[in-house]
Amino acid sequence: MQQTNLEYHKKELPKKLEQTGWIIFGAGVILAVLGFALDQHRALLNYLMAYMFILSIGIGSLLLIALEYVGGADWSVPIRRVVEFLAAIIILLPLLVLPLVLNIHDIFHWAHDEAVNTDTLLKGKSPYLNITFFIIRVFAILAIWGLFYYLLIRNSNAQDKTHDQFLTKKNIILSAIFIPVFAITITLTSVDWLMSLEPHWFSTIFGVYFFASSVVASLAAVTLFVVKLKENGYLHPKLVDDHLFSLGALQFAFINFWAYIAFSQYLLIWYANLPEENFWFLHRWQHGWEFLSLLLIVTHFIVPYAALLSQPAKMDPKRLKFISIWILCAHFIDIYWLVMPNFEGYYFSLIDLVVPLLVIGVIILIFNYRSKKSNLVPIGDPKLQKGLDFRVP
Amino acid sequence: MKRTNELFAIAATFNSPNDIINAAKSIAEAGYKNFDINTPYPVHGMDKAMQLKPSKLGYITLTFGLSGAVFALLFMWWTMSIDYPQIIGGKPFFALPAFIPVTFEVTVLLATLSTVIGLLTFIFGFPHNKHSLHDTNYMKKVSADKFGAVIYADDSMFSQTNINELFTTLKAESIEFIYHNEKESYPIFEPKFLTFLLAVALVTSGGTYFILNKLLFMEPFSWMAYQDKTNAQEKSDFFADQYGMRQKVEGTVARGYMPYPYMGQVNPPQTLANPFLPTKENLKLGQAKYLTFCSPCHGNFADGDSRMNGQFPNPPTLHSTRARDFSDGMIYHIITNGQNVMPSYAAQITREERWAIVNYVRVLQRAKNAKDSDIELIQKGLINAAN
Repeated sequence: MQQTNLEYHKKELPKKLEQTGWIIFGAGVILAVLGFALDQHRALLNYLMAYMFILSIGIGSLLLIALEYVGGADWSVPIRRVVEFLAAIIILLPLLVLPLVLNIHDIFHWAHDEAVNTDTLLKGKSPYLNITFFIIRVFAILAIWGLFYYLLIRNSNAQDKTHDQFLTKKNIILSAIFIPVFAITITLTSVDWLMSLEPHWFSTIFGVYFFASSVVASLAAVTLFVVKLKENGYLHPKLVDDHLFSLGALQFAFINFWAYIAFSQYLLIWYANLPEENFWFLHRWQHGWEFLSLLLIVTHFIVPYAALLSQPAKMDPKRLKFISIWILCAHFIDIYWLVMPNFEGYYFSLIDLVVPLLVIGVIILIFNYRSKKSNLVPIGDPKLQKGLDFRVP
Repeated sequence: MKRTNELFAIAATFNSPNDIINAAKSIAEAGYKNFDINTPYPVHGMDKAMQLKPSKLGYITLTFGLSGAVFALLFMWWTMSIDYPQIIGGKPFFALPAFIPVTFEVTVLLATLSTVIGLLTFIFGFPHNKHSLHDTNYMKKVSADKFGAVIYADDSMFSQTNINELFTTLKAESIEFIYHNEKESYPIFEPKFLTFLLAVALVTSGGTYFILNKLLFMEPFSWMAYQDKTNAQEKSDFFADQYGMRQKVEGTVARGYMPYPYMGQVNPPQTLANPFLPTKENLKLGQAKYLTFCSPCHGNFADGDSRMNGQFPNPPTLHSTRARDFSDGMIYHIITNGQNVMPSYAAQITREERWAIVNYVRVLQRAKNAKDSDIELIQKGLINAAN
């Protein structure tokens, strides 16, 4: 154990990264403000997409940490810090959500009293879908996530200094509590922010759908960061391609899971063909949206599936880097596909660039900020050596 | 098992997974090609230590998986939308979303089966029940708690002393010389084998008899047979008249059904006329239905010369003057109502088909009694006789 610690020397991330982060973030903010002046509704929707994108990566990463503890995984210990840095997004969320909360009326149809009063369906849903309860839910969920993030990370950081094995045990218990809480909160979040954009719609699998895409996205972000950091020697020198294989295999698995859930949702609605369900897909098959729907199938399933199918492909850093960026783009299409067809026909606007700029900017900045405060390898974790020894059969 | 004096392999066992990884590395680095490692559970990192090339098995899986997908899709496309199209739930004949689960299942099925069968046949050389490693101490140890390495005698670098030395330097727990199995024959008419066959036959047939004739009539397996529903012809306590099968509501007509009001009468009214023109399609339909329902008695060309002739009240020819003088309505009436021993065909042949048969009978009658003018027309080529 002592030897392992000596092999890792912390290397600060380059200054350039922080500068790039600020530039991209600044450009995103300027574009968002400009967009808000030009087309308030579209700018808000874009901001919502950016928020959901950031949220999905943050909460997906926190789930990956919890899964490592609960599953007793060894291989992911050497790269856990990268996941933790991405999960740090969660502490920013209460701040990022404010512009949305202040403009609920401009985003959600159900937030208008006159619309609810003339609509039996919305009236029936109003005990859940009303502004007060909505705001309570949003902040309560963010507080719960923040609490779990804080406790898990505090233990993990403390371990770097104390090498206390008991902290791992504490985190295992915390993670076991977090996973059911996560299941409920991610469902509520996806229903609140994405599904209620079309408040007349019914789909009980929607929470699982958003869970699948958020895990896919956070795995892609983690893989991208791990490959980049490993290439430039910021991670433990004993980290090998076998660790990348596990990341690639998980990505492959969750790409399949996403497709399975997405198809299940479509198949049941297509089969039953009930008017209160099928219109949601019909909107996505009209006015130019059909091309985006097909693009989603190709980019979010067919291409990554084929690219990650063989064993050597799952541990090839070049391919993983490419496919991670590809999947993040596909995730953008996914969120775009969930949000925009609820409102208008397909057309591209420059305001749409707000999403990638804000997302990339925020992620780079928070990652850089967190990397200054702790090691990029959890040197105190008792399972680190075992994790480094991990090899694919 | 009897062994020959010919050396098959030299085997060594080791105590820990680290030792076996180390041993595998050393053996591969020493240049041996034909060697193997046996462990009680998968040891990670072994492929690399043995310098194995990636297995070719994946290509079999991929090929069969893809052919499963193609086969399933083509099969469903042909059966569901080409050969026997049926409207199911208002969906299109080629309902891709409904086909995807089946395609997926067939893909997975063929991929897994081909992987297992490919593994057994190409890699294990199945059935390989005379492998010389069987029934050795070495195999017993590596099936329990030891990790084994074995170098086969047909390796080009094989040398007893070198290998012995190599295993000793690697601190092997034990070294074993394994000799070839003597060839054994397995006679078919061995009493043991025959008894076994007999026992299998008895158990299988007895079990089948018990399940099909006894077990399925016991509770709860019999629940499927006795259900709380009304079968055809059964009495029902639900309705006041106790008829399980319901009559249709008085004064209603089924969709697409045209009632025939002259049933039981000897002659239909003069006004009953053929509503269908003898077009080519109509005559083709009439021909098909005539050959199906009428020709068994009246003969293929309506001569009354079918195989029924002589064993039955002779079916009449339709070329008699009487039959040729029938009105279209009369022939239709006979088909619908029946005549003498000829039963009614109203249940078997639809209204349109019956009228088509009438048209076709007219064609046959005209052909047997053609006028000179008809023959002239054919000679001029105005009528194509083949049609």
